[in-house]
Amino acid sequence: MDMTFGDAELAFQKEVRDFIAANLTPAMKRAEQLNASVFSEPETGVAWQRALNSKGWGAPGWPVEYGGPGWTPAQRWIFETEYSHAGVPSPSPMGVKMVGPVIIGFGSKEQKNYFLPRILSGEDYWCQGYSEPGSGSDLSSLKTRAVRDGDEYVINGTKIWTTHAHHANMMFALVRTSDEPRQQDGISFVLIDMKSPGITIRPILTIGGDHEVNQVFFDDVRIPVSNRVGDEGKGWTYGKYLLEFERGSGIASAKMREALQKVSALAESDATGRAIEDPDIAIRMSEAEVDIDALEMTELRVLSALQNGQNPGAVSSMLKLRTSEIYQAVTRLGVDVIGHDGLYVEPTRPLHHLNAAPAIPEAALAVVPKHLNGRAYTIFGGTSEIQRDIISKLVLGL
Amino acid sequence: MDLTPSDEQRMLRESADRFINETYTPKLREHNAKEPFGFSEAIWKQFADLGWLALPIAEEHGGIGGGAIEIGILMEAFGRGLVSEPYLSTVVLGAGLVAEHGRDEQKAALLPQIAEGKLRLAFAHAERAARANLARVDTTARKDRDHYVLDGSKVAVLDGASADRLIVSARLANNGSGSLRLFLVPRDAAGLTMSDYPRLGGGRACNCTLQGVRVPADAVLGGDSDAYPAVESVVDRALAAMSAEAVGMMQTLTDKTLDYTKVRKQFGKPLAANQVIRHRLTDMSVQVDEARSMALRAALKADAEPSERGRACSGAKAKIGNGARFVAEQSVQLHGGMGVTEELDVGAYFKRLLAFETLFGGSTHHYRRHAALSGRRV
Repeated sequence: MDMTFGDAELAFQKEVRDFIAANLTPAMKRAEQLNASVFSEPETGVAWQRALNSKGWGAPGWPVEYGGPGWTPAQRWIFETEYSHAGVPSPSPMGVKMVGPVIIGFGSKEQKNYFLPRILSGEDYWCQGYSEPGSGSDLSSLKTRAVRDGDEYVINGTKIWTTHAHHANMMFALVRTSDEPRQQDGISFVLIDMKSPGITIRPILTIGGDHEVNQVFFDDVRIPVSNRVGDEGKGWTYGKYLLEFERGSGIASAKMREALQKVSALAESDATGRAIEDPDIAIRMSEAEVDIDALEMTELRVLSALQNGQNPGAVSSMLKLRTSEIYQAVTRLGVDVIGHDGLYVEPTRPLHHLNAAPAIPEAALAVVPKHLNGRAYTIFGGTSEIQRDIISKLVLGL
Repeated sequence: MDLTPSDEQRMLRESADRFINETYTPKLREHNAKEPFGFSEAIWKQFADLGWLALPIAEEHGGIGGGAIEIGILMEAFGRGLVSEPYLSTVVLGAGLVAEHGRDEQKAALLPQIAEGKLRLAFAHAERAARANLARVDTTARKDRDHYVLDGSKVAVLDGASADRLIVSARLANNGSGSLRLFLVPRDAAGLTMSDYPRLGGGRACNCTLQGVRVPADAVLGGDSDAYPAVESVVDRALAAMSAEAVGMMQTLTDKTLDYTKVRKQFGKPLAANQVIRHRLTDMSVQVDEARSMALRAALKADAEPSERGRACSGAKAKIGNGARFVAEQSVQLHGGMGVTEELDVGAYFKRLLAFETLFGGSTHHYRRHAALSGRRV
């Protein structure tokens, strides 16, 4: 057992570093520095996705035949790690990491041929139609209905917490196509053109001052039946498959380390009056760092198991649970680090569009928005309570 | 980069697990607790026969040349079985200090004897006033021609009474401000008194008083250099080993609690049917998994440069200490009234984990050390 990289791995690490150095513009870097959300604004996210795609790195997790780079798990690890350290944009995962694997796994040949290249290139911008006002944790109780009419489905209902629906041109959604005794049955997985007549979007502002999420209404929206992925009534299976990708795309520790590094740099700067001199802050910094060490080791253990063709077990829920808690602890530490400047919240969004000099040092601008935004981390993608239910079932056999 | 165990490591795990499941029964633990040294000489001999005492010792000194990963595999099994034989004292600390700091002739003389089970050592270092500060040693060593004279008091000397020799730390003259030295002191040295006691959670420990203990100059372990870097290095490796042991205990407690809550019925249903209980068990298993990750990290970094090594080992001790407390306390809690009785062994694991937290400093101390090693002022 060892944690060191071999020559081939070091060479790959250099290739990633070189790529980032050549493609990460100062404007992108600043936008990312000031980004309060868990993923980037489309303007930076899509630009970065295009750069990745031109290198053949648009979808690290995909099979080679669909445009994946064919990396080993260790290469993916190196890629994600370098990526996070460099402060690179985080493009929305809705296309590459979420709907992509579902289309690859269950879509028709036509769907694969049409959608996958458009995901890789960033041409299509996706959003997710899962939650509804009455169906949050109990997702399979969803009521948005798709009624078959010849070669079309007619969709009526509403979806909520739809991140970037106002930017997206496509939505993947779970809709009810029939009523069955078990509520998980009768659900189908469909792809909806957001320009379809009958769709209206209501913005929802969140506590950090961001407009990320929306409520989407469907009023006799027609989509072709050919936009259903897989079998009618099997959508729940596909949706769960996707959620596993959402929860445990596997490599989050590097992002957490980067988040902590930003807080640490702030604590060491004059902008915070060198908060790091406060022993309480210094020790909490170590606590967070050690938590990230543990997360990283767990990820590496999973990676080694994968590399040897073993099934790592039901760890995605455990990783989602801990990652979200660690992120919240790190952003909370950030709030303490900036002290009184935490009372100021800049209303401009996105923050990097701000032209006037802010009331507080720019380095501190995103700290409170990040913390407020981060409170959603233990809620989206299945709340921490739902993750604990899943872990108790899968890991503990309860 | 690969964290898959080798075939040898897998075999070691299997043989350690088999030993714990088949030999190290609760009955044996009961028997050991009544032995004068708190463990069984027969089992110690078995450790020697299995090659476990030789595990970390270099091949040139009759050992197997294993590292911190192998020690961790063994210690995790020892944790599951609540083994009370003086493995940490003699093999990890004792042999570790000899190998790290001893002169060549000392290594050649002592290490093969340890590997064969013929020599036991104990590390007499901690002092009451030092608390968790590893660097503070008030015991003094005064040179008297070709002898040294040792004066001071040591506490929590693990398995001191059963050791053939103690490795005593002391500072050269100047009222403790001088350079640190380690001395090999025979158990029956004149002026050395031991007050031996059964240690919380199994095994034994003693407090020692050294009053004018005279040892020849060649009893100094190593040469004429400060021993503190060696002490820090060997104690870090002990932290890694203890972390693995704690993982074994935490896993066992979680398994036992899981089994119990599935069987124990109240209000007409198993305890585990309640979400509040299921989530608690989930949090326990998350703590075990994180502890496993940290113990592995400490072992993998045990031979890294001092600050990286120290950060990994203190990080493990700190985080696992907090996790161990949570798992131990919740195990007692979820066993209800039975959890606080001697009728179950939940309490035995609880006490051993409490001892783990106490030894070499608690979580707060180790987070502080981690911060200091990271260049933060604490």
